[in-house]
Amino acid sequence: MSEATATSESHAVAGQPVDPHRATDGHDQVHDVPDSTYIKIAIALMILTAAEVAVSYMDIGAFMVPSLLIMMAIKFMTVILYFMHLKYDNPLFRRLFYTGVLLALFVYVVALLTFHYFE
Amino acid sequence: MSDATLTEPGTDPEFIDETAIVESTVGTAYDGTDEEVVDHLGHAHHTSTGLSNTKLAMWLFLGSECLLFGGLIATYMLYRNRQGDAIGPDQLWDIPFTSASSFCLLMSSLTMVLAVSAAKRNDERNTRLWLIATASLGGLFVAGQVYEFTTFYREGLGYTTSLFSSSFYTLTGFHGVHVSVGIVMLMALMFMLLRRRVTGDKAETVEMIGLYWHFVDIVWIIIFTLVYLIPA
Amino acid sequence: MAIIERPVDTPALAPEGGPSVVATPSTSFGYFRRPVETTGWRAWAFTVDHKKIGIMYGVVAMAFFVVGGLEAGLIRAQLAQADGTILSADKYNQMFTMHATTMVFLFVMPMAAAFANYMIPLQIGARDVAFPRLNALSLWTFVCGGIFINTSWFLGGGADGGWFMYAPNSDTPFSPSDGVNFWTLGLLITGVASLVGAVNLIVTVINMRAPGMSLMRMPIFTWMALVTQFLLLFAMPVITVALFLLLFQRNYGATFFSVADGADPLLWQHLFWIFGHPEVYIIVLPAFGIVSEVLPVFSRKPLFGYPFVVFSGAAIGFVGWGVWAHHMFASGLGPISVSVFAVATMAIAIPTGVKIVNWTLTMWGGKLKFTTAMLFAIGLIIEFTIGGLSGVTHSVAPSDTQQTDTYYIVAHFHYVIFGGGVLGLFAGLYYWWPKVFGKMLSEKIGKANFWFMIIGMNMTFGPMHILGLQGQPRRMYRWTDARAGEGFFNLGFWNLVSSIGTLVLMFGVLLFFVNVWVTRKAPPAPVDPWDARSLEWITTSPPKAHNFDRTPTVHALDEFFHRKYEDVGTGDHHEYKQVMTGEEVVNEEIAHADAHIHLPSPSYWPLILALSMPIMAYGVIYHTLLIVVGGAMAVGSMFGWALEPSTAPDSDFDPPADGTPSKEVALHV
Repeated sequence: MSEATATSESHAVAGQPVDPHRATDGHDQVHDVPDSTYIKIAIALMILTAAEVAVSYMDIGAFMVPSLLIMMAIKFMTVILYFMHLKYDNPLFRRLFYTGVLLALFVYVVALLTFHYFE
Repeated sequence: MSDATLTEPGTDPEFIDETAIVESTVGTAYDGTDEEVVDHLGHAHHTSTGLSNTKLAMWLFLGSECLLFGGLIATYMLYRNRQGDAIGPDQLWDIPFTSASSFCLLMSSLTMVLAVSAAKRNDERNTRLWLIATASLGGLFVAGQVYEFTTFYREGLGYTTSLFSSSFYTLTGFHGVHVSVGIVMLMALMFMLLRRRVTGDKAETVEMIGLYWHFVDIVWIIIFTLVYLIPA
Repeated sequence: MAIIERPVDTPALAPEGGPSVVATPSTSFGYFRRPVETTGWRAWAFTVDHKKIGIMYGVVAMAFFVVGGLEAGLIRAQLAQADGTILSADKYNQMFTMHATTMVFLFVMPMAAAFANYMIPLQIGARDVAFPRLNALSLWTFVCGGIFINTSWFLGGGADGGWFMYAPNSDTPFSPSDGVNFWTLGLLITGVASLVGAVNLIVTVINMRAPGMSLMRMPIFTWMALVTQFLLLFAMPVITVALFLLLFQRNYGATFFSVADGADPLLWQHLFWIFGHPEVYIIVLPAFGIVSEVLPVFSRKPLFGYPFVVFSGAAIGFVGWGVWAHHMFASGLGPISVSVFAVATMAIAIPTGVKIVNWTLTMWGGKLKFTTAMLFAIGLIIEFTIGGLSGVTHSVAPSDTQQTDTYYIVAHFHYVIFGGGVLGLFAGLYYWWPKVFGKMLSEKIGKANFWFMIIGMNMTFGPMHILGLQGQPRRMYRWTDARAGEGFFNLGFWNLVSSIGTLVLMFGVLLFFVNVWVTRKAPPAPVDPWDARSLEWITTSPPKAHNFDRTPTVHALDEFFHRKYEDVGTGDHHEYKQVMTGEEVVNEEIAHADAHIHLPSPSYWPLILALSMPIMAYGVIYHTLLIVVGGAMAVGSMFGWALEPSTAPDSDFDPPADGTPSKEVALHV
């Protein structure tokens, strides 16, 4: 165990300046997100979830489903963009993933439409 | 390209995993279209885009998983009201309980991100700590699901009871299996890190599994809203 | 990603005068020695070399081509005369189901995978794919899945619900034998192969191109194969959902397709065809890619409108997601849905038309050389266009209502699948055979092969247009004289013609195997027999294990062509003068060989993981214990895989006792 720690410390490069022109696994390390930001985002997600649950108990008629869907979408995008780091990574990853999401949305919504699901 | 880091016999060498097609580029002229991928330890290899192969592969896989879960969700949406005379969603859901287990999964995404962050800083102890936390929260979620399903079953919702029941269990079952596989991967990763058996860039491996874990979380974000919160 | 290790030069192991051999200093974490043989069956069973994997894909695919062809032969024998007695109704159902399943999933798709696996790394200047062990997994998973489905013949009968397996007809009450279970589980297994392969090849193309090989300098085959992989990536999960729903319905009592419980049968149809339509582009795009390689070479002209061919391929892949319900026009969707899909279907004819135009203009004004490969390529243009024309008539929903479920549809898809997909694959076989195997196929036998296949396919599938429009339904196990009609449209006559055509076609295919056999001891083929244009030809024939002695730097589209020919014209006028032969280009690369070349080492784990899948599948059908056993094997092999470095450590290689250079260490050269 101690040998392992010693080896890793000999390789540690924390704090070393990084040449911004070198791609680093697609990360933009200069703007990397600190831990405290992640915690704040997690708290925001918690609050949003609580809000969602609260709304589901309220009687706001036709506004309920859209507002739930919007909150769901915000949570979805937040986890993708920040926790999965898609906002800061190479745009190729974004494009690939969004293609999957949008394609799934398209084909399944169209299929449900033919079932007259949304009427 | 020059790689200054030599592996000395006896130290822990780092291996490339799958993307081991490395050519010594002595004598090859580059015209600038190649990019260097540099990991957090300063090792580098060339890919045409500067992006890591494994990360690209994981994103492609997650893109395809959207189609998988989309199909299961669409099936559920179609059949959610078709329970006949049998018990239906309104009588079954325990929203506070499910909210609690959703909360666990959401927090596990936070701990996962903290694990990745620790791995990038080469903080081995905290990486393992946050990985255990993630796996534990995931395990709590699965336990909650198991408890929920056994309760539903006792209340009359079997797998074959109705279209609603089959679709519900299949959708949440697939998700639960994905979470469980994730937990196994997290535990395996943790032990492999402990035993110095992770070949390749450790931080990237943690990040890959993190991407999978977050994806499983966002699928639940969708399921929680569409299945539990939106009234049938 | 970390670099593996700094190579330590070990001159003692170097063959005389050759590049120095590198030993990789590292420790093994595994408990077993890695397989490291370079000869014998082990060199094939445990290989991770994309070229060997590609060849195995091709060989197994051709074996299934024969199986599917025999199944077709039995169908046509049954329909050759009135009141056929060769197949009972039940056997007939199994026959057409398995014929289609075999041809689509076990022949055409793996054959395209064979070409993609072999050619993509060579065409982009790489030494292998991004994930060599995953590549091996894809191959063995496919082989296991294909064999698994076909064991159904001996275990109660083949699947009998049609290759599209509509539910609830495919549910247990109507398909009580295990055949549909074999089908469902088998396709789940082969689906893993396709999905894993798709991820692998996409990463390879995006990330492993040689210096200077921008996306718009890639050969068209690589482009079309790339689009195909994206289609596979997104379409396979959809059929996976459908297959699981059917599996759970049949085996665990789920009610997804139980109409009595309120289920909607259209759910299956949507899920299947959302996969099924991209699937047909998965079938045909690789063939389009091959033809786009062959035509320029044998027209002595560059491909006309390269960007248009690229973008139309991408457009087909894109628009192909919006047309699936044209397979459901007669299923009661309602006028609005039908109209929307009809219009979308008409639209997709446009990018295909663009390709046909570009191919034709490639040949226009060129110095055509009618080699066998060229004949097959031209054959594709003509036959696929015929199939496309009947396809356009299907897009007109009212007329499709008459055509659907008749032999007119059978005619259409055989013209596009056989006339498009299969002819393209054969063009590729003849074109790339010298590169892959180092020998030429006989042109004489090849031309006979071509003509018998063309005449045979038109004799077999041409009359089906008439049969269909005259009302002969699909999937009917026999026809009677009473209903056959008279005169020119006598169904009996055309059925007989079609069946005889099948024999002609089969003979044509036989000629291909004769060709392979007869040329097996032919003299070595030249490095550049066709005076070709793209990067895969800058290698020896067959290529060395590491493909390129030096990774080529790419300066233009059709790089190989531009190294051989210099443009001595002025301004817009191009005039090409040969400055080097193909051999000279290759020799120049060899002369500048890289000093250190690493290759990934073979591995047991892909094969073991692949074998675990049919075990689990048999468990679902027969005994749950097998699922546990197979599952343990799967999990164990995944751990073994994860713990294994991609290059075997030095200690796994034994230096031979007599002091000669180890043939195993040759992997490192």
